[in-house]
Amino acid sequence: MIRGTVLARSRRRPPDGFRLLTALVALAAPISLLLIVLLLAQQGAPAIQHYGFGFLTSRAWNPITLDFGALAFIFGTVATSLIALALALPVGVGVALFLAEPSAGRLRGSIGIGVELLAAIPSVVYGLWAVYVMAPFVLIHIEQPLAARFGSVGVLGGPARGTSLFTASLVLSVMILPTLAAVSRDVIRAVPSGLRESSVALGATWWETTWGVILPAARQGIFGATVLALGRALGETIAVTMVIGNRPEIPTSVFAPAYTLASVIANEFTEATGQLYSSALIELGLVLMLVTLTVNVLAQLLVRSTAREARA
Amino acid sequence: MEGASPAKLEVSSLSFYYGRFRALKDISLDIPENRVTALIGPSGCGKTTLLRVFNRMYDLVSKARAEGSVRLDGMEVTETTRLLELRQKVGMVFQRPSPFPLSIYDNVAFAPRLLGWRRQQVAEAVETAITDAALWDEVKDRLKDPAASLSGGQQQRLSIARCLAVKPEVILMDEPCSALDPVATLKIEDLIDRLARQYTIVIVTHNMQQAARVADFTAFMLMDTDERYGQLIEFAPTTDLFNKPTDPRTEGYITGRFG
Ligand SMILES: Nc1ncnc2c1ncn2[C@@H]1O[C@H](COP(=O)(O)OP(=O)(O)OP(=O)(O)O)[C@@H](O)[C@H]1O
Ligand SMILES: [Mg+2]
Repeated sequence: MIRGTVLARSRRRPPDGFRLLTALVALAAPISLLLIVLLLAQQGAPAIQHYGFGFLTSRAWNPITLDFGALAFIFGTVATSLIALALALPVGVGVALFLAEPSAGRLRGSIGIGVELLAAIPSVVYGLWAVYVMAPFVLIHIEQPLAARFGSVGVLGGPARGTSLFTASLVLSVMILPTLAAVSRDVIRAVPSGLRESSVALGATWWETTWGVILPAARQGIFGATVLALGRALGETIAVTMVIGNRPEIPTSVFAPAYTLASVIANEFTEATGQLYSSALIELGLVLMLVTLTVNVLAQLLVRSTAREARA
Repeated sequence: MEGASPAKLEVSSLSFYYGRFRALKDISLDIPENRVTALIGPSGCGKTTLLRVFNRMYDLVSKARAEGSVRLDGMEVTETTRLLELRQKVGMVFQRPSPFPLSIYDNVAFAPRLLGWRRQQVAEAVETAITDAALWDEVKDRLKDPAASLSGGQQQRLSIARCLAVKPEVILMDEPCSALDPVATLKIEDLIDRLARQYTIVIVTHNMQQAARVADFTAFMLMDTDERYGQLIEFAPTTDLFNKPTDPRTEGYITGRFG
């Protein structure tokens, strides 16, 4: 009897006012996204009209002649993020595999907490550490030896500098490591234990099991972790600004200074004089959103197509 | 049916520990070659534990340790370091089918590739194994499809094919039908019947009709009421064990279950 009433009550539709409220709250996110885009487009309109599509393909950035283009910054943003990902992904997955081992001991527990704490360090502190510790270290122990040996190879050439595309990528890779490791660990832990056991029962070693079975099973989730990390890397501002060298050029070497979309906005916005200059910066903001969105959509499509492949 | 057959696995005075907990005490039995042996007994009596000693699966459990001896054709299973060879000789089928996230073909090719077989050799082994697992007609046109697209019963036959591919001598099965419907179960039982001529099969089952149907020999295990270790109560040809059990505890268990 009591059961019946409870069921009947829970099956009743919630009052309409409540439904309206939840719908409004749910709509808030897409609406604010739309508002932000509209606002940026409106504020950036002078630059959009003045430079047209050429804004995206020009590498010029000259506030004196008012000659503006986004290409150098798009390159800087995408290059730092991709290099950071290339550096962090193997390390992150390695850490995740270690943390996900079933025989988790105390050591693993504390390492896990340590990795998660890395995510709690504010960007600006990462920036300071990068300026005072990492940049000098990278200069002396990585860039100079590499440049001395492979200086003639284009991407490694040029005079070595502490503040460079490479240093910025390196600090980014440390910053995205916790996301990669923590999410991948959870994904790997969620792989059914029967898979591991079946593989071991067929004679596979730990490595063969990990490569042949565990990682393929966790592939999609690790890919999701990568997308999350990439989102963070693309938008990261302050730590990158402090070590990338802030030169609005497409560098020919990874050890040369560069600039990212987020950094140039943060650096130049307060001192931008004139309508065209500030609207060009705002347009860069739009471009950054576009880049992030494109990456996310591409990633979603990829995830979906692999998921479909797996289900087919 | 149960003519004299040489022992394939000789278990003597086997005890097993999970850390300080003793899960098996003093088990001795000879598992006959090219026959089906069933392990029955109430939940927690150590059937899975015993089965997992035979292919050293307990290596995955930290602080687990076996005492005593299990010999496979003269190889001391509890001490060998040649695990790949042991697991090639002793295959295992689990309770839940767990296809690897690979194609049907690659699932079956997994173990042959571990052994470093050549491409042609692998291809032949895969076809033979899938055929022997009575799955060939159902999958021959879709070998490149993901294994997860098969039905539960097909997946379990794929698991069997996966371990047949490296031509094992012993096949261990831990409640292989408990996740399957009656029709799929029947297919697996038929398969076990057919494989029994060439392989030594050890099967754990909760279903005594199943034991009576498929097994030539049956071992009844029981947990000690005080110390909770598992022990072997009776091991006999299946018809004898079910029709004239010598131990009252065996009789109690099977009549309780049947009656
Ligand atoms: N990994 C483990 N660590 C510690 N104890 C374990 C472990 N696995 C099993 N045990 C214990 O060993 C005993 C035997 O377990 P086992 O799984 O072998 O029983 P079983 O006969 O297969 O039971 P079931 O019929 O329910 O599958 C049980 O008391 C169980 O709690
Ligand atoms: Mg069991």
